[in-house]
Amino acid sequence: MQDLDKRTQALSAELRCLVCQNQSLADSNAPLAVDLRNQVREQLAAGKSESEVKAWLVERYGDFVLYRPPFNAGTALLWGGPFVLLGAGAWVLARRVRRRREEQARGLELSEADRQRAAKLLE
Amino acid sequence: MRLAWTIMGFCALVILLAVGLRLNPREVPSPLIGKPAPPFELPLLLAPDKTFSQKDMLGKVWIMNVWASWCPPCLVEHPIVTRLARSGVAPVVGLNYKDAREDALPWLKRNGDPYQLSVFDAAGRIAIDYGVYGVPETYVIDRKGVIRYKHIGPLTPEVAEKKLVPLVKALDAGS
Repeated sequence: MQDLDKRTQALSAELRCLVCQNQSLADSNAPLAVDLRNQVREQLAAGKSESEVKAWLVERYGDFVLYRPPFNAGTALLWGGPFVLLGAGAWVLARRVRRRREEQARGLELSEADRQRAAKLLE
Repeated sequence: MRLAWTIMGFCALVILLAVGLRLNPREVPSPLIGKPAPPFELPLLLAPDKTFSQKDMLGKVWIMNVWASWCPPCLVEHPIVTRLARSGVAPVVGLNYKDAREDALPWLKRNGDPYQLSVFDAAGRIAIDYGVYGVPETYVIDRKGVIRYKHIGPLTPEVAEKKLVPLVKALDAGS
């Protein structure tokens, strides 16, 4: 029984309450959240697996109930966005470093005019 | 060159925010659109010894309206539901959600009963099957028993006239 409580609790923590959207089913005391929690518990007790219960909820309320939405066309930006930004940042950084290095390398080679000017100064 | 990049980045951000902030986070798209209406068999609110099933409406385009006597927005949309039902565009069936008969019956008496019938879902189980999360909600179900439209929250005259009625008429015409 305790095991069932724990499983219900763990699963509800991953599900969004639809009435108060910034709370999980586990945290919310909205009447619908209580009903849904009872359903989750009942279905787990009846021997359904966690993923079956999730699928049951998604059938009714959509991916929105999941705090960890699956990867699909609609969520591609959500999942891929951070990596795209990271890649873009790395690219900009690499370009900058390369450019600075080129500038520095070029800076060490004196042109003929510079050389003459330096020689004049040193005289 | 750098200025061009900055302007482009700024524009991208503006577009992202313009789209993102305009989306309504309360409007959860229903996965049930285009799917068969979940089956149920519930007692009638007015006649507890009789039952009604979504199958009884096969062959007809109908509207299902989820309501409760404890729900203030239901009272707000009540005149619109009443007008919709009186216009005869489609039968309107009520799903009385997590209510008590001693509250629901006086509510109907006080405000008028626009429903062809109301089914009594005291435990709110069937509503969960229909993905209800905020009463009132309104569904359009076609002749084959497929959900074609869902409106969350109180109906407005605009939604009723510009979405519901045209959709029901189109479905009635057989498209």
